Amino acid sequence: MAKRAAPEVNAGSMADIAFLLLIFFLVTTTIEKDKGLLRSLPPIDDTEVEPPIIKQKNLFTVLVSRDNQLLVEEELMELKDLRRAAIDFLDNGGGTNAAGESCTYCKGKRDETSSDHPDKAIISMKHDRETSYEKYIEVQNELVAAYNFLREREAQRLYNRSFQSMLEEKEKNQFNKDEKLNEQITVIKTLFPLKLSEAEPDK
Amino acid sequence: MSKFKKGGKSELPAISTASLPDIVFMLLFFFMVATVMRDSSLMIENILPSADQVEKLKKDRTAFIYAGKPSSQYKQLGEEPRIQFNDKFIDVDEVQPSVLEAQRALTEELQPKFVVGLKVDKETHAGLVSDVKQELRKANTLKVMYVTNVESKQ
Repeated sequence: MAKRAAPEVNAGSMADIAFLLLIFFLVTTTIEKDKGLLRSLPPIDDTEVEPPIIKQKNLFTVLVSRDNQLLVEEELMELKDLRRAAIDFLDNGGGTNAAGESCTYCKGKRDETSSDHPDKAIISMKHDRETSYEKYIEVQNELVAAYNFLREREAQRLYNRSFQSMLEEKEKNQFNKDEKLNEQITVIKTLFPLKLSEAEPDK
Repeated sequence: MSKFKKGGKSELPAISTASLPDIVFMLLFFFMVATVMRDSSLMIENILPSADQVEKLKKDRTAFIYAGKPSSQYKQLGEEPRIQFNDKFIDVDEVQPSVLEAQRALTEELQPKFVVGLKVDKETHAGLVSDVKQELRKANTLKVMYVTNVESKQ
């Protein structure tokens, strides 16, 4: 037999191998994007200033007990009703704010016995040490949802677009600031300022 | 004229697939680079709670604090939820120095925007979380993100 030249290695299956690897990485990759509830903690205040007296009607107390039960204004409540209750409380507008203006944009019942003005309305949340973190987050989520709902409504009314889309746009253009947009966001935030206080659990 | 006809194959040559592996490798490398492996291995159980009113977290300015029950490999530590920070268990009073250290490691512009991401197992009791928050207040790192899974809207 005559000597043959060494045959060329067939590279055709190389693509298959690479595809296999590619698919493996495609499947295992989770481009992780963490999301969550962003909150600011209050700074520690050592000054002995008498805290201002807050009228009971301007305070919406949410208590989560050690068996994960929800007590809203001293009454048992289901989690699904919390959002509605919080919206009603914030949106009530029964009186005037510190500057003596009444809430013109509130659509609530204007009940004398509930909050005066969104400026004054405070949601106070308290939980027990034994409360589960899951429940705690659920309650936080509902309360934030109440604020988001109202801000969304105002954004639709004033600027005819969703508040979410405004925030997204701001996020996108963080390097060239859009003054008008920032101002609009601030306006909406001041209409319903996030006043969500958390009491420390009893030891 | 006949010069051009010499090798005279009338059929079309097959399209070369030799560059296909290159293309696929390019994709492969992209995914290999884009894949982020979990940077600290968890020593605790960590099933996050769910929420739908979420915001995105910016990774560049965040330090994570994990908390939850020790996982099965660390059974000897008991059932009580523990705090984990960068591959080790820490006590509540170590939270403050650890967080401040993490903040110092950031670039100067990002330091004031420092966020602490709390990845806490949903079975943990909220008392531990409030202890951690108290420490964060002492450290004056006031921005906190409760990292959650995103629940689809019903």
